[in-house]
Amino acid sequence: MSKRIDVADLDVYYGDFLAVEGVTMAIEPRQATALIGPSGCGKSTFLRTLNRMHEVIPGARVTGKALMDGQDLYGADVDPVTVRRQIGMVFQRPNPFPTMSIADNVLAGVRLNNRRMPKDAQQDLIEQSLRGANLWNEVKDRLALPGSSLSGGQQQRLCIARAIAVKPQVLLMDEPCSALDPISTLAIEDLIAELKSDYTIVIVTHNMQQAARVSDRTAFFNIAGTGKPGRLIEMDDTATMFSSPREQATEDYISGRFG
Amino acid sequence: MPVTTTPPRGVPDPAPSRADAGAAVRAASTGRVASRVFAGLSTGAGLLILVTLAAVAAFLLIRAWPALSASPEELETVSWFTGGSVAEYVAPLVFGTLLASVLALLLAVPVSIGIALFISHYAPRRLAQGLGYLIDLLAAIPSVVYGLWGALWLIGQLDPVFTWLSSTLGFVPLVADYQAPAKNIMSASVVLAVMILPIITAVSREVFLQTPRLHEEASLALGATRWEMVRQAVLPFGRSGVISASMLGLGRALGETMAVLMVISPGFLFSFFLLRPGQHQTIAANIASKFPESSGLGVSVLIATGLALFVITFVVNLAARWIIARRAEYSGAN
Ligand SMILES: Nc1ncnc2c1ncn2[C@@H]1O[C@H](COP(=O)(O)OP(=O)(O)O)[C@@H](O)[C@H]1O
Ligand SMILES: [Mg+2]
Repeated sequence: MSKRIDVADLDVYYGDFLAVEGVTMAIEPRQATALIGPSGCGKSTFLRTLNRMHEVIPGARVTGKALMDGQDLYGADVDPVTVRRQIGMVFQRPNPFPTMSIADNVLAGVRLNNRRMPKDAQQDLIEQSLRGANLWNEVKDRLALPGSSLSGGQQQRLCIARAIAVKPQVLLMDEPCSALDPISTLAIEDLIAELKSDYTIVIVTHNMQQAARVSDRTAFFNIAGTGKPGRLIEMDDTATMFSSPREQATEDYISGRFG
Repeated sequence: MPVTTTPPRGVPDPAPSRADAGAAVRAASTGRVASRVFAGLSTGAGLLILVTLAAVAAFLLIRAWPALSASPEELETVSWFTGGSVAEYVAPLVFGTLLASVLALLLAVPVSIGIALFISHYAPRRLAQGLGYLIDLLAAIPSVVYGLWGALWLIGQLDPVFTWLSSTLGFVPLVADYQAPAKNIMSASVVLAVMILPIITAVSREVFLQTPRLHEEASLALGATRWEMVRQAVLPFGRSGVISASMLGLGRALGETMAVLMVISPGFLFSFFLLRPGQHQTIAANIASKFPESSGLGVSVLIATGLALFVITFVVNLAARWIIARRAEYSGAN
């Protein structure tokens, strides 16, 4: 239930603006890969190309290759909708559907597949997903309440439960803790450590301690100046990246000298 | 407004050496006065609405009272009066008004939602803009023009449709027994539907456009197609807005006079034959048609029917508020 992604020579454009240039990267299954770098260097942009969410933005397009277990994500006959069903996403700000109950939020993705699911199978999936997101004990008595009645950290875990309920191959997270308090952040980090035994995880974070804590591999993106494209500077095992990076820019960024 | 710029009494003019501090004090106190004035004005405006409402209600009650308290014999003297009491007279009119408006709403709301969604989520930007203007333009057409259009053109176009409906689905009482020309309540409702379409569409479009990007992306990232995203994120978010829009439309349809007057051939029955002429009439159209030939008690009867219309619109609005409030905690508002 976990696949690798190989990206080769990926350029991302917003209209005529080249936002990210020449990314070649291997993302290993059952590992957490962290994307770090100063803001504006294209981490979110790159992340969204992995499940084709960039296509939601008018004018956004890519050139290059992205393969999931050898299957071309950008193949002519590949529907972005099927890509997104296999590669789930958690956003910077928690976004449970405000019009749905907690339980319905968990089932939202499954319902899209038009699978008619028996009631008890639904109950099982709700419990399993919420347990998977470390949220079950906190909400099991109020599954019928609106998702917006939860705290920010709980909402974010609800979004994770919603994402894993469809059993994706890969989970993308774009600064999932940046809107949360330290305790909620810790809860999510613990969760990521558990989730990576089942899923390929790619997490964008501006917090280097977080990258160091949760990820197995780290990729550093940088930008030469405003208006210039973001590039992948260096990628390695997290331990190596934080102890002895090859590039000076990485060293500077990690030691807090800029960014 | 001069009030806001004059410094309040009791605040001395600042000494020149402390001009800056004085300016700050003056700005702050002017701001306080301004906000107090504004609070007063808005409270006044709110009160004015209440007073106007009460005045209208009082006028209707006082002027309707002669008819409401009149004996059946006295009411007989009004040439066009039917039934034994004002209540009996107004009942079929209430029925006709509600039927015409609800039919119009049933026709208009799905089409409006469709157009609004097309503009907000499907059409390319240029086309969406053009369509938006067109809809706003439709809203500006006076209702008497819609009436003319309905009476002179639409009725002719509806004739074959109604003939076909009645012959194929005639076993359903609703559409049985069509009689040409199509001066029936269905035609009136179609005209009403076209009239209320722009306002419902325009308000719905605004609401749909306000769907948070966050929620749309949540849906798309789960692998929703555009239509699934609309159903999952846009429609639930816009639900209360669409209800408000529909109620605005319903309010307009309930009170619409000319369009109905010019299209429908009136009748005073509790009839569900939608395609027969001479079955229904609405309160507003009835007032307009009877008023010129009425005096004294006759006018009072008409005002009593107006009171009924006032109450209906009031109840409709309350119901709408209740529906919206009931699910407020699930709305996107928080
Ligand atoms: N929707 C968009 N349209 C146009 N340009 C965008 C859009 N989103 C991001 N960009 C640009 O792409 C570059 C990378 O942005 P982003 O991926 O958000 O960076 P990061 O997530 O690393 O902070 C920035 O220069 C930004 O201005
Ligand atoms: Mg970002």
